[in-house]
Amino acid sequence: MLGKKKVLLGGLSALVVGSLLAGCPPKKEALKTSAMGTDAASKVYVPPGKHDEFYVFFSGGFNGQVTVYGIPSGRILKVIKVFSVDPETGYGFTPETRPMFMTSHGFIPWDDTHHPWLSQTNGEHDGRWLFINANNTPRIARIDLTTFETTEIIEIPNSAGNHPSPHGTENTEYVVAGTRFSVPVPQRDVPIDSYAQNFKGTISFIKANEPGKMDVAFQILMPGFNYDLARCGRGPSNGWCFFTSYNTEQAHTLLEVNASKNDKDFIAAINWKRAEECVSQGKFQEMPATYYHNYYDEKKNMAVSEVKKSVRVINPKDCPGVAYFLPTPKSPHGVDVSDDGEYIVGGGKLAAVIPIFSFSKMLKAIEQKALEKEIDGIPVLKYDAALHCELEKPCLGPLHTEFDGKGFGYTSCFVSSEVIKFDYKGCKVVDRAPTYYSVGHLLIPGGDTKKPYGKYLIAMNKITKDRQLPTGPELLQSAQLYDISGEKMQIIHEFFTIGEPHYAQAILADKIKDKIKKIYPLAENEHPYAVKAEKDARIERKGNEVHVYMTMIRSHFVPDNIEGIRVGDTVYFHVTNLEQDWDIPHGFAVKGSEEAEILVMPGQTRTLVWKPKAPGVYPFYCTDFCSALHQEMQGYVRVSPAGSNVPLRYYTGTPTTQK
Amino acid sequence: MNILSRGLLALASLLLILTYFLPLWRIELVAPQYPEGLRMFIWVNRITGGTEFDLYNINLLNHYIGMKPIEPEAIPELKILPFIIGFLIAFGLLSAILGKRVLLYAWVITFVLLGVAGLADFYKWEYDYGHNLDPNAPIKIPGLAYQPPLIGTRQLLNMLASSFPDVGGYIAVVSLFIGFLAIAMDLRFSEAGKAEVKPA
Repeated sequence: MLGKKKVLLGGLSALVVGSLLAGCPPKKEALKTSAMGTDAASKVYVPPGKHDEFYVFFSGGFNGQVTVYGIPSGRILKVIKVFSVDPETGYGFTPETRPMFMTSHGFIPWDDTHHPWLSQTNGEHDGRWLFINANNTPRIARIDLTTFETTEIIEIPNSAGNHPSPHGTENTEYVVAGTRFSVPVPQRDVPIDSYAQNFKGTISFIKANEPGKMDVAFQILMPGFNYDLARCGRGPSNGWCFFTSYNTEQAHTLLEVNASKNDKDFIAAINWKRAEECVSQGKFQEMPATYYHNYYDEKKNMAVSEVKKSVRVINPKDCPGVAYFLPTPKSPHGVDVSDDGEYIVGGGKLAAVIPIFSFSKMLKAIEQKALEKEIDGIPVLKYDAALHCELEKPCLGPLHTEFDGKGFGYTSCFVSSEVIKFDYKGCKVVDRAPTYYSVGHLLIPGGDTKKPYGKYLIAMNKITKDRQLPTGPELLQSAQLYDISGEKMQIIHEFFTIGEPHYAQAILADKIKDKIKKIYPLAENEHPYAVKAEKDARIERKGNEVHVYMTMIRSHFVPDNIEGIRVGDTVYFHVTNLEQDWDIPHGFAVKGSEEAEILVMPGQTRTLVWKPKAPGVYPFYCTDFCSALHQEMQGYVRVSPAGSNVPLRYYTGTPTTQK
Repeated sequence: MNILSRGLLALASLLLILTYFLPLWRIELVAPQYPEGLRMFIWVNRITGGTEFDLYNINLLNHYIGMKPIEPEAIPELKILPFIIGFLIAFGLLSAILGKRVLLYAWVITFVLLGVAGLADFYKWEYDYGHNLDPNAPIKIPGLAYQPPLIGTRQLLNMLASSFPDVGGYIAVVSLFIGFLAIAMDLRFSEAGKAEVKPA
């Protein structure tokens, strides 16, 4: 594989540089910098104190989070905690946030995030929410773009490998989910080699336009293929969503070989408006299934879990017209709808052409019943009937396409490590630019909306190698920024990204930045253990449970001296940050804590649970440099032996006994 | 008083009604870490922050230097001031109706005296906050007081403090100016009247 890649890269060098150097043997350095224009620096320079034009949200892949960067500078802005616990803030450790991690499998501290999707209104970014999928234990999260915090997570039942997700609809009616790994539906103990009989895929539509109300509206039972990526239609194709599938061979072992046999797999075209009709006509089965819906209530400062017990499943046999298959060469990855909603581009990883389908031709083919066959009640359309054209010899390993709003599509090509630009109506490649190396997805700000900003393109590369100072065997992934405002793509910047971004979406900063919350109003804090004034700080003992109602404000805790804690107690430090000033979080850490620390934002309450194991005096302190007297922001807890009668006593400044 | 002066006096008095709805004075603090500034507005009957939390944050920062918290409820002037302004309005309107010259003069002199007294009181208030500091304050700089300027700007540690009238304050100034104008008109037209009367 590696050898093959080198050969391909070498071949590409010859192609690109050979023409530039008029026959000279390709030079590595020349290849690496030839595309870099001399004015590139000025295009990406954002002076200190000035803001970037776009926010970009990168999935974190195996780190389970989302990373936010500014474009064009490539500056990192924030890591949003989503599916992985975070000891830095206490996310997933505190009682306030633990429910976010609950699933039908129990508490899951990690997942694999792939595809961020920004909410839309009328097919354009509206800057309300970002959704992202968890691939391993199928879930979708909602991130609130006023706080850049995860506020909701729903588990997807009857699924495994939630890869074609969330890819929502043009008014955020739904986000979608699909099974990359088909499994027995419902789950049961069957031999793996009974795959063809017992394994099924599902495609789910999740209600998404009301915070706190995410719900699996319905699932469509599909043949047991691997469903890979998705896009929903817009404009004329609104009402439809498209999913790629591979492994139509239904292999269950050595997929590398066994799932690469068919010349064509399928794009599944799902008519979700038809599905809604079938649901309203009762053409579905209510299937028992256990799955979790977790919601963070910002005012209560608390996440809650709700367990759902059944799901509506539509069998395409009972709901004709809900699903069609478009034959698509070969093991397709991306399925991307042009900004005008008419063209659907498939990215066949192993295909020699890129098929461009026409939505209106697809509708005509359905109408005229231009069918090849039927699979499990799903009609397979004739390839040519829905095809607009095939882009010939585009590149090697085409994966994923976005659009610039000017009639061009841009496809990432993993094997030949390049991005190609093509006229999708005229069906011809007009430009190509190398990437370093092995590009996965690419993005254009708004590239999956009705109004793309065809100014920048970012290639997300899987292999970094010599592109940065070496850091041992493990390297960050690289992102390369291209200026696509002209006829030729021009690489202008490169930066490195956390985790393994599979995909990213970018939004005009102006759509978000004035809506950002700077603090949480203390007056609205409804946490049951919140204290809003220092005079109300106190400690209550209930048997072996000790609840410390504590406050923090520059630069002290109330109380900061605590006595009367005993070995065997469970101490709950309920800490409220009384600040109402932007960017003044306080941290709280206590020596020997087996939990994390907590970072508490202004106006918030968070709880650290502590079980002291030995008598002694334990310091606690503020971990976030908050003020000139931050180093003084500390306190002590005296822990006495079990059964001791040291009285409970607490104070700040003036020692007093308990009232 | 002629009709013009009476009208001007009435206008000056009525203008003062606006000071109930607009802040009289503003104090602003700008520091490297507060580029957006912290603002405090003084109204006839209350003190507010530039944002919902500016006053809270000013008090929070002031505790480091031992300045006592600014608690609008505990400032007696804010309880009296609405009545003083009300008195000026009523007095001015009554004088305009009665049209006696002596009342116009009395109104303007009262206004000037109240203005001077107000500024003196404000200075005293600033002096008290700036000098009367908690001896246990974490930050103590010998010889440095934190009194903001009466009008103007002054650097106080990392804070650039500025103190200026706000819209309501300027309206009061305009009102007083109109009062003076009423006197000037009264003088001018009464002399002109005399000159006209003479030949007849």
